[in-house]
Amino acid sequence: MSDELIWRIAGGSGDGIDSTSQNFAKALMRSGLDVFTHRHYPSRIRGGHTYVEIRAADREVQSRGDGYNFLLSLGDSFARNPQEEAYYGNEEIKPLSENLDELREGGIIVYDEGLISEEDVEEVNLHERAEENDWHVFPVDLRGLAKEHGREVMRNTAGVGVTAALLDMDLEHIEDLMSDAMGGDILEANLEILHEAYEMTREEHDFEHDLRAPEGSHETEQALLSGSNAIAYGAIDAGCRFIAGYPMTPWTDVFTILSQNFPDMGGVSEQVEDEIAAAALAVGASHAGVKAMSGSSGGGFALMSEPLGLAEMTETPLVLIEAMRAGPSTGMPTKPEQADLEHVLYTSQGDSQRVVFAPGNIEEAYEQTRLAFEIAWDYQIPAIIIYDQKLSGENTNVDVEFFDRDPQPDLGSTLTEEELREAAHDNSGKFKRFNHEDAENGVAPRSIPGQKGGRYLATGNEHSPVGHISEDPDNRVAQMERRLEKLESIRAELDEERDSTQTYYGPDDADYGIITWGSSQGAVAEAIERLNAQGHSVKGISVSDMMPFAEKEVTEFLESVDEAMVVEMNATAQFRGLIQKELGRFGDKMTSLLKFNGNPFEPAEIVEGYEVNLADEDRQPTAQVRIEPAAGD
Amino acid sequence: MSAFNAIGEEREIDRDEYTPGVEPQPTWCPGCGDFGVLKSLKQALPEAGKTPEEVLTVTGIGCSGKLNSYLDTYGFHTIHGRSLPVARAAKLANPELEVIAAGGDGDGYGIGGNHFIHTARENHDITYIVFNNEIFGLTKGQTSPTSPKGHKSKTQPSGSAKTPLRPLSTSLNAGASYIARTAAVNPNQAKEIIKEAIEHDGFAHVDFLTQCPTWNKDARQYVPYVDVQESDDYDFDVNDRAEAAEMMRETEDVLNEGTVLTGRYYVEDDRPSYSQEKHAVGEMPDQPLAERYFDDDAEWERSYDLLERHT
Ligand SMILES: Cc1ncc(C[n+]2csc(CCOP(=O)(O)OP(=O)(O)O)c2C)c(N)n1
Ligand code: SF4
Ligand SMILES: [Mg+2]
Repeated sequence: MSDELIWRIAGGSGDGIDSTSQNFAKALMRSGLDVFTHRHYPSRIRGGHTYVEIRAADREVQSRGDGYNFLLSLGDSFARNPQEEAYYGNEEIKPLSENLDELREGGIIVYDEGLISEEDVEEVNLHERAEENDWHVFPVDLRGLAKEHGREVMRNTAGVGVTAALLDMDLEHIEDLMSDAMGGDILEANLEILHEAYEMTREEHDFEHDLRAPEGSHETEQALLSGSNAIAYGAIDAGCRFIAGYPMTPWTDVFTILSQNFPDMGGVSEQVEDEIAAAALAVGASHAGVKAMSGSSGGGFALMSEPLGLAEMTETPLVLIEAMRAGPSTGMPTKPEQADLEHVLYTSQGDSQRVVFAPGNIEEAYEQTRLAFEIAWDYQIPAIIIYDQKLSGENTNVDVEFFDRDPQPDLGSTLTEEELREAAHDNSGKFKRFNHEDAENGVAPRSIPGQKGGRYLATGNEHSPVGHISEDPDNRVAQMERRLEKLESIRAELDEERDSTQTYYGPDDADYGIITWGSSQGAVAEAIERLNAQGHSVKGISVSDMMPFAEKEVTEFLESVDEAMVVEMNATAQFRGLIQKELGRFGDKMTSLLKFNGNPFEPAEIVEGYEVNLADEDRQPTAQVRIEPAAGD
Repeated sequence: MSAFNAIGEEREIDRDEYTPGVEPQPTWCPGCGDFGVLKSLKQALPEAGKTPEEVLTVTGIGCSGKLNSYLDTYGFHTIHGRSLPVARAAKLANPELEVIAAGGDGDGYGIGGNHFIHTARENHDITYIVFNNEIFGLTKGQTSPTSPKGHKSKTQPSGSAKTPLRPLSTSLNAGASYIARTAAVNPNQAKEIIKEAIEHDGFAHVDFLTQCPTWNKDARQYVPYVDVQESDDYDFDVNDRAEAAEMMRETEDVLNEGTVLTGRYYVEDDRPSYSQEKHAVGEMPDQPLAERYFDDDAEWERSYDLLERHT
């Protein structure tokens, strides 16, 4: 019997799979389990095969599993030409047929026979395959059931009722969640459908399967939230009250969450004409004294290059977020990839003067967003959060108390009028805003327009201490060095005064290391756990500090192992390249395990990558991943 | 108590306060029309009762973008074409600031054209001065969006095949609520128009004809000019959109034939500004957002209080 449930609900986009799965995940969480969700969807509004997977267990789950063990297939009610054999095949059955390959042996299949006909089922050899794999198949007329007691769209509820019956789950949490979400006749009908499906399943079917919902308990109250929620909440708690943006998947989630919350918090959200404007607005609002942010995904972020450089040169505090999706160009808009690292680190002319964090899980997304605001306003520097479609959309449970913190709206190195009176001014009384003479850690305190005695010019041209355009070589060198000193000071602060933003796995004394960054963290963590359980000795580090780079920690890690494998979701090993550039060595120690097919790593793929690597065989793994040998290999 | 005490200060204001004390001296070429904009601002701002530290002047890149190097307000010299998004956000962040955006014809009608249209549409309460010299000055004389058809430059050696953009008509169609054209050669009118633009509650767009004697020698120096309000030859109602549109069309048509028409073209006083519209739908705080960060007693909402929806 499995100690975990991995439930997959599949249907067409627009079939309400998101909200159904969200509620089911919450019900599992409320029953005391840890949960992790993964969303797979096409770049279409209606139709197209989509699914959400929920992994639940009585232990920490931080990644997808390998495969899954329960399929609820709704059929695709938005299928194109369901009656005709179009070139794209019979779409109605895809939510069933396309999910079979990953279903584990002994798994359960529930499908809506109201939408998927017996003929179709035969065509995909379901029965034969079920026999081979010991699957337990339950055809249920979910559509008919829903229609009978309510409306057809309520068939998801019927599916949940069947699921609960087969897994021996209590209906209590599911009922509570339904009552929270709806009322009146709609609630009545849904409850009726839920119970009817539950009872009918128990009466009409023999239970020969082993799979049951795991049991667990939490000591503290849990909240289910996504990486996008965590970033948005980190921004709120950092005192951010201005956001400007232009929609683009997957960044839109953060933009939406903040736009919906800001009006009640006295904040301002602006949807503007393009991403150049979006970033420029954030710069303008920050210049005028507000904690402001913007963000986008790859293509939109490309448009932000120049305003980003302007923020660097004028030392305007700013937080940008970049939600990666598979590129180049429009790429695969709804698929995750980690291929914008170099883009985010180096885009915009001149030497980069920015901070970049890559959170790897939901707690880190919250923490590092807060940290980004703090650093940006203390050091007057743009700070960027780089994450991806995977982290953006995945939900997991977090201790509610984790969020019980003081907000931090502080404007960092910004002066009040009173402090301005004491500050340095030139002979004509102009405030020395960019004073390199008594800057601390490279930071020269700033004034805000409207303050008395703080007048200065901010300019993207190189400038003198009061902000006048200047091409004087001595001034140029002094200003560049002062701005770059901020990065060194930030590194020192991160190393010496704060908890590490890197996360470590496995035994300290292991001599094989796995290095990863961003959202691949969860799968790597689980792979390391498995490898150690199998008797290998492997440890891991998940790096967040991209700029200024976590030089000391990564050096120590690499020095402590004989060999290392760098795991990332891109084709050109960008993070390994960054390590080599930053550390200038270890090129012969690091192999890469790369994946860029649009799907995130599964732990088993990393385990296999390790095995292939270790065996030193001249072959590629069976999964759609690539090994890029170390330098000199 | 406000954290921004330069704002709303009641006192005598000396024009010289707007001139930088030590340096820099303007580096514009002798005879450049840009001096005219600087001068009219130095006159109009004190007349409008504005002190230098309650004004934020946001410029783009070009000869024109140097304006705030020589006008001693708070200044933000941004990047090519982006003065408007920076300026309008500053206004949203602190609506009490007097925000003036300025830049060239290439900056505002070319590379920043999209922002121009949308800022006008939204009717942000800011003043926007376009230094229209019908040329790219700073990059040494290439054709600009307002260069006349047939204008020869190094990048259009056989003469431009393009019809020039219509700044006033574009502005009207986009939604600006105050639209005027003035010229550097007409300082009195320029000052009056700039003052009106500053005092207008909404997006005030001034197309300011600034001769470039260095790169645009063929062009007229915008003399003689005609003030459409003062001339008996023209009679239209600036509050009437259709009549304004007609007058703008004619003005744009005759400019390249040598007749320089200037004056107020469109004034819409009762249209709410963007902040007012946004406030009306409940998406703009009552207090200037910037003040809140300096208010030690301000209450800050926490994400912790939003968690119920996630449990
Ligand atoms: C993105 C970008 N493209 C090009 C330039 C080069 N550039 C600087 S000013 C300018 C045009 C200047 O013309 P205009 O805006 O009319 O200003 P003027 O100098 O005439 O006042 C150009 C093309 C730049 N700075 N940035
Ligand atoms: S090049 Fe033309 S626009 Fe630029 S300063 Fe000289 S005269 Fe003025
Ligand atoms: Mg020009």
